[in-house]
Parts: sequence; structure tokens; C-alpha cells
Amino acid sequence: MGFMKRGGGHEGLLHPHTFLKVILPLGIIILWEICAILLNNEFILPKLESVFVVLLSPTADILGYGNLITNAFFSLERVILGFLIAAGLAIPLGISMARSDSIYDFFDSTMQLLRPIPPLAWVPLALAWFKIGLASMVFIIALGAFFPILLNTLDGVKSVKRNWIESAEILGANQRQVMLKVVLPGAAPTIWTGLRVGFGIAWMCVVAAEMMPGTNSGLGYLIMSSYNWGQVQVIIAGMIVIGLIGIGFDYLFKVIDRRSFSWRVLER
Amino acid sequence: MTLLIDHLTKEFVKNSDEPVEVLVDISVEVMDGEFICILGPSGCGKTTLLRIIAGLDHPTSGTVRIDGTVIDRPNRKLGMIFQDYSLYPWRTVNENIAFGLELQGVAEGQRAAIVRNYLALTGLSEFGTSYPYELSGGMRQRIAVVRALAVDPKVLLMDEPFGALDAQTRNKLQYDLLDIWGKTKKTILFVTHSVDEAVFLADRILVLTPRPGRICDVTPVDRPHPRDRTSVEFAQIRRHVLDMINQPKCSLS
Repeated sequence: MGFMKRGGGHEGLLHPHTFLKVILPLGIIILWEICAILLNNEFILPKLESVFVVLLSPTADILGYGNLITNAFFSLERVILGFLIAAGLAIPLGISMARSDSIYDFFDSTMQLLRPIPPLAWVPLALAWFKIGLASMVFIIALGAFFPILLNTLDGVKSVKRNWIESAEILGANQRQVMLKVVLPGAAPTIWTGLRVGFGIAWMCVVAAEMMPGTNSGLGYLIMSSYNWGQVQVIIAGMIVIGLIGIGFDYLFKVIDRRSFSWRVLER
Repeated sequence: MTLLIDHLTKEFVKNSDEPVEVLVDISVEVMDGEFICILGPSGCGKTTLLRIIAGLDHPTSGTVRIDGTVIDRPNRKLGMIFQDYSLYPWRTVNENIAFGLELQGVAEGQRAAIVRNYLALTGLSEFGTSYPYELSGGMRQRIAVVRALAVDPKVLLMDEPFGALDAQTRNKLQYDLLDIWGKTKKTILFVTHSVDEAVFLADRILVLTPRPGRICDVTPVDRPHPRDRTSVEFAQIRRHVLDMINQPKCSLS
């Protein structure tokens, strides 16, 4: 690669890092297009252009089910609601379990038992308990986000050094001050990781939850309905939007992590 | 007299076995402004002794009193410095020093003034807005010392504070500590396993036996500071302390 930039940063498509990163996605897209042309069947694999048509007009109504953007917002709203409920329960529980052995013993076995059950296995029960609608979807999403947040909170609080807490007590801190000024800031980076992972799982769950019968909005619903109408290009466009929104939020979590919690890495 | 340690004994109970004695019948009267070094091998209970004095641990029998009050929990009259500095990595140097004052609800303006004074005492004034991970071990320990001093305790408890530092930095910090001690007139209890360090710093050296720890000998070091490590006199005191450690009543238990 004689034309490669020397000593440069990460800029330029011809930089080896960038080159390696884009080569596989580009290959997949090219292969896709070749297969689509050879197959020539829009119901199995639509051409790239058809998917782009859907993606490039995100405000156009699709089969009377609303457009991409409004459906994405419906999904987001549910995810945020379920995610906040999960965080609101998992963080206090995780802190209590980490700080008290009896609270830990009381909850641990139940949590261990519930944790391996995938959120989607709860769908029938969710429908039985909450009927069709927002409540059952939020229930599934909250279940998905709950465990990563709980486990990371537990880990984070346990990793708070005993000397940090004792130094504070010696300097005159009461229990509340120890919690607010030492335990929480000390555990914050790990709790944040839990929130990031939890949000990712919540986002995966919403799409599945929206495929439950009786739903009438959201990206998952859009994908399912498009399947019934044989609109494969909409399915793929919907999947791409789901992926992009997922990446976007993960990036946001990472940026805040780097800004606020850089001490965790640099401390080592 | 500031601090009175009275017939202090500590046993640990492990796995419902017989209790293990860690400290046996420790009694010390500490004078106001005195610099005491507690010298002993690893595992002799030095740290446990310091933790009990700090109120972080409870004795099995006996008491520790400061100004007549029995210590059974952390007390603001006693400050403690750990070997690993235990600064808060998410707080800047200024915020670390201000921590104790913040807990007491001291107003921000007043806090800043106190912090500035103590930071100046360390000679690290230009690092106020740095984070601990940006500082060397020696700099961090100096910050930890003034963080403890900022709330104005009467007694400083130091648990092998320079143990993790290289020899050069260690010497420098010993000088700095003596300087701070001279300026602030604190009472200091300093745990170490270095004879050299104890002879250099202390007014009085207490030698502890290996586990269980008991005080087997006390040596006053009645020499003015700063002491010259290369002097014959220093070597003699060091020899004396080493002899003390090696005598049967101190090496066996």
C-alpha cells in the first residue's frame, strides 16, 4: 500500500484500520446485491435500492401502519419506560444486597433462579396478567434490563474499597454521607456499565414485545405486519433502523462513560 | 496527656475455633505532641492496634481514651492515613482535601481558604485541580496527609504510610512529615517495620513482639530533629533498637 498516509491519525479511507473495518460490510452489501439480482425475487431478497427507497423516505406512510420515524418513537418510548422502571428497582436492590449480607441471602436464590429465564419466555404470562398493550410490553422490557443492571450494581458497590469508606467515617461521615459521597460515586462507573448493557437488552426486547399479538405500533409491529404483506424491503429497512438506533444509544452511553468515569481506567 | 491506651487486648474468633490472640495487654500513655513509632514484624497486630485506636475495630478488653472519652467509634479528634493513600479517584486534589470539611458542612468559601493553606503545606499548590491518578505515589501520600489534617484532628494515626514508596521519596516524605509535625504540633502514632524510619522520626519507639503483639520494649530517642542518618550517634541508636528486637523477649512470644 504505497499510497497509504504515513504517520497520520485515523483519518482517510485508506488508513489500514478504516480499511479493515469497512471491507466486510462493503463485501456483504455487494454480495447481497449480486444475490438479489440473480434471485430476482423481491419476496425473498429485495434489491438494495428498494430498501434505500424505504430508508430515505422515513416520513412516508407504510401500508397504513404509520411511518418509520413515528414507529421508532413508539418503540423508544416503551424502551425508556421499561428501562427506567428496571433501573429504579435494580439499583436500590443491588446496593442493598451489596451492603447487607442478610438482604443478599434473602434475595440471591430467587434472583439466580429468575435470571436465566429469557424475557421472551414471559410473554404468555405477561399477556395473561397485563392483557394486550403497553403494560405487558413494558413488563417484558423491564425484565430484560433488570438483571444486567442488578448484577453490575452489586459488583460496583462490592468493589468500593473498604479504605474509602473507613477514611470517610474517620473524617466524620454518617451513614447517609458514606452512601452519597463514597459508595455511589465509587460504584457509579460499574452501575453505568450495567445501565448500558441493560438498555441494549431492553432495546432488543421491545422489538420482540411488539411482535406480540394485538400490538398496533412500533418497529417490531411494522416488521411483523410487513412480513404478512410480503414487504421484505420494509422488514430489512426496519431492521437497519433498529440497529442504527441501538448503536446510537450505545455510543451515547460510551461518551458519557468516557467523560465522567475516566478515573476508573486511569486509576489502574 | 492526650491519648491513653489501657490494658488493651484483642482476640479474633475464626470459624468457631478457639479465639486467636492478636494483641496482649497493650498500655501506652501518649503525651501531647509526641511522635511515637510502633515497630514490629509483619502480622504482629500493628495495624489492628491502630484500627482500634481509630475506632474502626473494637478491643476484646481494655480501653482507648482520648481526652478522657472512651473511643468506640471513629472520632474526629483522630485522623488516619492508610498505606494505599485511599484518596477518592473521582475527586480532584482540592476536593479530596476539602472532603472532611464538606462532611462537616463548612461553607464553600471557607473550605477553599483552608484547602489552599494545607495544599501550600505540601508544596503541591499547582496540582489543586489534578486528579490523584495524575500524581506520583509520594505526591498522593502528601495529599492524604493534609486531607487528614484539614479537619484539624489532635492525633494522626499513620499505618505504614511510606511503605509503598521508593527509598528516595520515602526520605523526602519523612522530612516533610517532621516539618508538618513541627508546624501543626500534632500527636503522631506511626506504624512501621523499618528501624531506620523509626529512629529517624520518633520521640519514643515501642517494639512489638510477633503475633500475638505485646509491647516488649520502649526506647526514647532524645535527639533533636533533623537527625543525621550518617552520624555515629544515629548508628548507635539504631544498633540499640536492633538489639532490642533481637533479644529473646522480643523475638519469641
